[in-house]
Amino acid sequence: MTEMVYGTIPVHTSEPVLPKWWRTIDKWTLSFILILFGFGILLGLAASPPLAAKNGLPPFHYVQRQAIFGGMAMIALFLTSMMTPVMVRRLAVFGFLLALLGLVMLPFFGTDFGKGATRWYSLGFASIQPSEFLKPGFVVVAAWMMAASQEINGPPGRSWSLILTVTIVMFLALQPDFGQASLILFGWMVMYFVAGAPIVLLVVLAMMVVLGGGFAYNSSEHFARRIDGFLSPDVAPTTQLGYASNAIREGGFFGVGVGGGEVKFSLPDAHTDFIIAVAAEEYGLVLVLVIILLYVGVVVRSLWRLMKERDMFIRLAGTGLVAMFGVQAMINMGVAVRLLPAKGMTLPFVSYGGSSLIAMGIAVGMLLAFTRTRPQGEISDIWRGSGK
Amino acid sequence: MIRTPLRPLARILAARSKGENPETIERENIRLRHEKMRDKSRARAEGRLLVLAAIFVVAFGAIGLRMGAMANTDPSEPRGTASSAPILAQRADIIDREGRVLATNLEVFSLYAQPPQMIDAERAARELVRIFPDLDGERLLEDFTGSRKFLWIRKKISPEQKQAVHEIGDPGLLFGPREMRLYPNGSLAAHILGGASFGREAVSGAEVIGVAGVERMFNDYLNDPAEQGKPLQLSIDLTIQSALERVLYGGMKLMNAKGAAAVLMDVKTGEVVAIASLPDFDPNDRPRPAVKGDPTDSPLFNRAVQGVYELGSVFKIFAVAQALDLGLVTPFTKINTRGPLKWGRFKIRDFRNYGSELTTTKIIVKSSNIGTARIAQMIGAERQQEFLGALGMLEATSFEITEAKGGKPLKPGNWSELSTMTISYGHGLSTSPLHLAAGYAMIANGGTRIRPTILKQDGPQFGERLISEQTATAARVMLRGVVTEGTASLGGVPGYAVGGKTGTADKPRERGGGYYDDKVLATFASMFPAHDPKYVLVVTLDEPVETSGAKPRRTAGWTAVPIAAEIIQRVAPLLGMRPEVEPGQLAGITLTSN
Repeated sequence: MTEMVYGTIPVHTSEPVLPKWWRTIDKWTLSFILILFGFGILLGLAASPPLAAKNGLPPFHYVQRQAIFGGMAMIALFLTSMMTPVMVRRLAVFGFLLALLGLVMLPFFGTDFGKGATRWYSLGFASIQPSEFLKPGFVVVAAWMMAASQEINGPPGRSWSLILTVTIVMFLALQPDFGQASLILFGWMVMYFVAGAPIVLLVVLAMMVVLGGGFAYNSSEHFARRIDGFLSPDVAPTTQLGYASNAIREGGFFGVGVGGGEVKFSLPDAHTDFIIAVAAEEYGLVLVLVIILLYVGVVVRSLWRLMKERDMFIRLAGTGLVAMFGVQAMINMGVAVRLLPAKGMTLPFVSYGGSSLIAMGIAVGMLLAFTRTRPQGEISDIWRGSGK
Repeated sequence: MIRTPLRPLARILAARSKGENPETIERENIRLRHEKMRDKSRARAEGRLLVLAAIFVVAFGAIGLRMGAMANTDPSEPRGTASSAPILAQRADIIDREGRVLATNLEVFSLYAQPPQMIDAERAARELVRIFPDLDGERLLEDFTGSRKFLWIRKKISPEQKQAVHEIGDPGLLFGPREMRLYPNGSLAAHILGGASFGREAVSGAEVIGVAGVERMFNDYLNDPAEQGKPLQLSIDLTIQSALERVLYGGMKLMNAKGAAAVLMDVKTGEVVAIASLPDFDPNDRPRPAVKGDPTDSPLFNRAVQGVYELGSVFKIFAVAQALDLGLVTPFTKINTRGPLKWGRFKIRDFRNYGSELTTTKIIVKSSNIGTARIAQMIGAERQQEFLGALGMLEATSFEITEAKGGKPLKPGNWSELSTMTISYGHGLSTSPLHLAAGYAMIANGGTRIRPTILKQDGPQFGERLISEQTATAARVMLRGVVTEGTASLGGVPGYAVGGKTGTADKPRERGGGYYDDKVLATFASMFPAHDPKYVLVVTLDEPVETSGAKPRRTAGWTAVPIAAEIIQRVAPLLGMRPEVEPGQLAGITLTSN
């Protein structure tokens, strides 16, 4: 009777959003990411004042911007990580289409900021690089296609995803942005590998990448010069690489001390591509190893959780996202220690970068959404998951 | 059409025969197969993900190890690498035609410190401040005692300073060799040499690169190790250059001109023996380009090569020579010079009224604009353009300094008949004094094209023939007449039979709209000796005014000509030319009988 008069008390059939999120989220990965972001701000305090001084801005201008964009990135990260995988997939497909449109329109409306490659849209207060937003969207779409192809009577999603990849890579190579192109290609290959690619095919593909790189080397001067710089046995001391490796040596194990570094005055990209050199010089090998461990932690934790995942789509998409994240960090640091040819790539969450930081926040948010603990079907799976 | 097999066929057939819906059976079957597949793929993916994780760990580990290995090594100084050749003493000297040094390298040292190797940082800092008083001692001490492992103290120090630092005796203070470009003659031939600055810099040396003049033009040659430091020999003669600059400078001051230029050229080889543009600068300490004001007034501006001006009546000889060569006139043809010559709204006047007609020779001697314009009318626009083009007056010279490309003549967009007439007396076509010198060299050498060069040549140039020998001789007779009885009467130098032509051109206003009344460009283009010319000398003064008389005089005859005469008087003996003096009366000896 009471209920008929006053209406029923609303009954929550499902668990509340936040507690459920907290219970299922991968707290380790989340805290690693937050620590990395904190290091980014710390290093930005050291690395960006010379640049700000050069551009006639207050000393901590770039740090403030990094904090603002970082805050936005963190919001994007948290919001995305609260979504269900299906929701993530839907939004990601939309986002992907938008970013793809942006990428295609670049030659007409983009700007190159005098750097020789048209990669950005200038918005006045900030610039947007569509390929940054394209990457997570692409991973989700490709994973979706591959997962669909595994359904009985499903579409030929693998071929579709391959066509899509090749198209995007071609657009990126036209800019030219071989870094992002190879990242996209790499992401697709990792997903294909996990989706069960025949080993023979993988070998053939690897050979094709080598051939393609050779072609790019011969046809693009931009590309060739960077490779040559890498292959020359001794690096000229006044190049970016020379300064970077010298900074690492200078730093030693414990660094020259906070604010004592010199490299930030010589390197124009000290706050972005060579932030690790600043870290190595001022804080020494210790901080660099901590940063490396944090990245390894994110990658290994995520892959570990994805191993237990039954759903094909989630597993593939998560793998793709985490692989791109890890490889980007690896390439950035590999360049600084001259294990890899110079390639303008930022260190995720540590390097300065407005829109790329937000894009990275979205990507990792997706990853967290995919790696959340969820019931895995049958009892045997749960047993397996909990180690029997 | 692709047929999808019905599975499991037996059960479906049985269901069909019972009249049940087979779809559910089929769906159930798909679900079960799917589940099985999923387990299988998951098992496979598990393995592959493990492989992936291992790859990542190994790769990150490699980076970490490499980072550790690098951190463990000592920091190298920013040292030039073995792969790039040592930079020291690489740049070749520049010498004049007699082998005297115009530009060479001076070995100096850079001073840097390695604080970890320092024994007594406090004393080192104190002593350094004593040697280099502008260093900040406290800052230095801070750097020496801090955690820095390398720092520059000075990029260039002299041998004396080096010795003084050496005597401090601290092993943490180190020297690197360095090479700096030195022009021992100061501002002499500054515009030709240009100047040099540092390119790449490192501890082991710094690359010297040319920034202007021959230093820039021949930068690659001078820095080419394959040439093994072979010096670059110019056609410049140091002594003559010095005399010419000296006289020109004095003349510029006397005539109150704001700038001056002179070119002395060998008429057969095209070698420029001396060339000057004033005001000039010291290439050892090359000034920065001025950011405001007219760039053509900057000391860096080479008036002789870069500056293009309407040079005025000096051009008349080209029209007359062409007309003579075409057979349109002879030196004695009478030309109507009744003024003013009207062409549309435009009137051509002479400086004075020379009567109703003059011979061709007199037209040059008196410098009649009207007469020259009439001769140009006979020649016609097309032939005039062709002739001046062949003479090189319509394009930048091939002179081997970078600034020569800037000396591109300004020609009329539409080469009308009026343009033809004005160009014949040097208005409407702007060229550099160097162009003019090359043109006069053509008349002087008997009619073949000369391309000016700054490099020493082995023999004469054999350019294409533009006018015949006879024409050239006739033209030279006229030019000699200008000096003996015409506008350049002050240009006579005893024994050197100077011939030449004056040109006094009103300067065009910068903003357009006609010409200044009181600003001229006075030019004297000369050759000596006129009967067999060896050299051509062009002297140009910018806005000269000669004030010794009652009225200020601006014409070239009063300004540029005496300066040119003085230059010839000074440099001709240096060039090894004997004056041709009539044997005068020998002192106190008279011929009394045979």
